[in-house]
Amino acid sequence: MSFLAFANGPLLPASRRGFLKSSGLLLSGTAVALLAGRESLAAGGNATEADARILNTALAAELEAVAAYQVGAESGLLQKPALDLAITFQGHHREHADVLAKTIEKLGGKPAAAKARYDFPTAKLKNQADVLRFAAALEKGAVSAYLGAVPVFANRDLAKAAASILGDEAMHWAILRQAVGEMPVPSAFVA
Amino acid sequence: MRLAVAVTAVAAITGFPAAMAAPAGNAARGEALYERCFACHSLENDRAGPRHCGLLGRRAGSVPGFDYSPAMRASGIVWNAATLDRFLAAPTAVVPGTSMGYAGIASAQERADLIAYLSAARCPA
Ligand code: HEC
Repeated sequence: MSFLAFANGPLLPASRRGFLKSSGLLLSGTAVALLAGRESLAAGGNATEADARILNTALAAELEAVAAYQVGAESGLLQKPALDLAITFQGHHREHADVLAKTIEKLGGKPAAAKARYDFPTAKLKNQADVLRFAAALEKGAVSAYLGAVPVFANRDLAKAAASILGDEAMHWAILRQAVGEMPVPSAFVA
Repeated sequence: MRLAVAVTAVAAITGFPAAMAAPAGNAARGEALYERCFACHSLENDRAGPRHCGLLGRRAGSVPGFDYSPAMRASGIVWNAATLDRFLAAPTAVVPGTSMGYAGIASAQERADLIAYLSAARCPA
């Protein structure tokens, strides 16, 4: 009945709320890592082996996104400013991957490593718009993946961390749609 | 309990009744819905999740070379319309311990559409 506990009591211990408020780090990746390392997990909390498994699948997808942007950046098909976007977004995915890997370790799991090789449909990517559309599809998929992960975490801090990443991916998706001339925000809800 | 609440909430938002007899699937709509799976899956290649071509009739956890969870390998499931419908509604409840940490597809129509799409996905020869 976690939602009842949620409704009846403060979500975070007062000490932690003070920490979050004063640091102003609430939504940064660093805060996510700190959260994941603080009381709830360190003290056993309610993060489970299953949570580590969910994080590890997300990590594998993030590592693939980093590799995909690398292929895009090296394709010679992206010109500035699209190239700058790709590099910036790749950096975000790398930060997500770092935070996920650290959190998995804190939970006692073994973080997935990047694969030696990924298969991307490079034969079908012939120009800048193709590359950006492919990136947009990956970002859209990432939004759906994190949305699907939020409710299955046992630990609410991890659900929040996933939601924080979801928001970042959604911004990437919108900007990439805009860059290829599509309506940047196609609907009021993501699914 | 938590799941039931979530399903009801989504049903309320989308207008789909939570429980419905399996509707007919539309593969074209399923292809669009498959974009939700695209962070982890594709038809042709193993990614964070296993490739999906040739899924129907296959034993769960049996794509050679993909690193499945022990739970998926041991699930005893064979993928068909009925088993997929159950799994996609609540993956982590149907295969506890699965590494597909995904809440599921609450709409029976959307599941049917996805299954219609996946049913047609043959592996390249
Ligand atoms: C966050 C990444 C992720 C997302 C999003 C995701 N999956 Fe998966 N999926 C996986 C992983 C990882 C496995 C392997 C699970 C295991 O071994 O326990 C898997 C396994 C499966 C299987 C079993 C395959 C087999 O070979 O036995 C099916 C079917 C499946 N997924 C369908 C879907 C569909 C349909 C969607 C979209 C609605 C989806 N998945 C979304 C990661 C994901």
